[in-house]
Amino acid sequence: MSTSIIYSVLSLGGLGLLFGIGLAIASKVFAVEVDPKVEAIREALPGANCGACGFPGCDGFANAVASGKAPVNGCPVGGAATAEKIGEIMGVVAEAGEKKVARVICQGTSCNAIEKYEYLGIKDCKAAAMVAGGSKSCQYGCLGLGTCVEACQFDAIEIIDGIAKINPEKCTACGKCIEVCPKSVIVMVPYEQEVFVDCNSKEFGKEVKSKCTVGCIGCKICVKSCPFDAIEFENNLAKINYDKCTNCMICAEKCPTNAITANFEKRKKAYIDEEKCVGCTICKKQCPVDAIEGELKEKHRILEDKCVGCGLCVQKCPKGAIELK
Amino acid sequence: MSIGGLFVILISAMLVNNFVLSRFLGICPFLGVSKQVETAFGMGMAVTFVMTLSSIITYIVYHTILVRLEIEFLQTLAFILIIASLVQLVEMFIQKMSPTLYQALGVYLPLITTNCAVLGLAIINIQEDYNLIETIVHSLGASIGFSLAIVLFAGIRERLALADVPESLKGFPIALITAGLMSIAFLGFTGLV
Repeated sequence: MSTSIIYSVLSLGGLGLLFGIGLAIASKVFAVEVDPKVEAIREALPGANCGACGFPGCDGFANAVASGKAPVNGCPVGGAATAEKIGEIMGVVAEAGEKKVARVICQGTSCNAIEKYEYLGIKDCKAAAMVAGGSKSCQYGCLGLGTCVEACQFDAIEIIDGIAKINPEKCTACGKCIEVCPKSVIVMVPYEQEVFVDCNSKEFGKEVKSKCTVGCIGCKICVKSCPFDAIEFENNLAKINYDKCTNCMICAEKCPTNAITANFEKRKKAYIDEEKCVGCTICKKQCPVDAIEGELKEKHRILEDKCVGCGLCVQKCPKGAIELK
Repeated sequence: MSIGGLFVILISAMLVNNFVLSRFLGICPFLGVSKQVETAFGMGMAVTFVMTLSSIITYIVYHTILVRLEIEFLQTLAFILIIASLVQLVEMFIQKMSPTLYQALGVYLPLITTNCAVLGLAIINIQEDYNLIETIVHSLGASIGFSLAIVLFAGIRERLALADVPESLKGFPIALITAGLMSIAFLGFTGLV
């Protein structure tokens, strides 16, 4: 009895040891060389395997970068920090991609947008969208049932007053919410941007007005008021060209329905360095809101309550005497 | 044992006692890897390779170690150990020697580690008291039978994908019914040997 126990332990243990050693040797002999860069890049990536880069998982992206098929800043989740690390590994200077975040361009909260029926079905935007396009009378608006909340891996989306709200601090621009949203009401915007057209309705003004109190009615006041030609109209909807926009927030002030929103607290002000100012009056002529006063050859002054921080004077000042704070 | 005897073992393992359709071993890859003829063929080849090799090694280990030490009751454990290590080794070997084949076999190789058909074959070889030559022939027959079944099944499933199947039977239900029908069809070979 005891001998058979000893034999069992010895023989199976021996076999296991033998195979173990065999495999260990084999793994050295048959080792396939993997590009060390791939592993290093894989380490630098966030490891969310979200697929936002367009490759199958972080491993796929690491492979693609190492073989030069993907840019070093191709990971939207990791952002500039990751791009820099990968750039070091690959020996190139990473042009940090501009950080972007997702934004729900709809303000149709339960008190702003009119419902056309009461939806009592499955709590899912896709399901609701199948029933006559959802309960909101505006067919472009956010349904607020939280399909994007489910899809978000980073816990960045909340439903507030019947519409989704994305926290830009938590958002990594992985694009999962954009994919699942049946209304395509989520778009990517630059993180630094402060002014947005928060309406997705492509209908004519009258229709929009009958369905939502904060919709873009296509009055084009914003286009006329913008000192930088940064607003265009497309499908009856104002569209801000983020490359041209300077976050002066004039359009948000002028918009009659408040469809354009801005964070006025973050508005910048221009300051003139009196040592450098030569009193050329160029800034005074350029200012779209008449916020600069001063005569020729005298020091100019900025009227803080009027200045909107558009930065036009900063660009035009020949002496570099104006800065935004 | 004459050539005729070996031939009988080969045919019976391949058709009459088909591992998948009569013994119901290895159903998991049979259902999982049978959506396309091409991958089914790859799986069949991988299984053939591992089955034949593992049955030889298990035969040697059983007769030289387990029987001598009178610890035959450990055969299942020992066989699993052998099969798992063998598959690992084969995987490494193929990855080094033929990356193309490695790509083609892909995930199927590690899958074989837990394939009950491989273990079942090793145990049946011992139960039937085959000698080494018979073991090899039996393993070849069994693995060719497995490949045959999975490739035939994949061919049918490829056509089923385009067929007008009732909504509730789409996908796995109809595949299982098909497998059952194939099993009944293979019953026809019973009188062969």
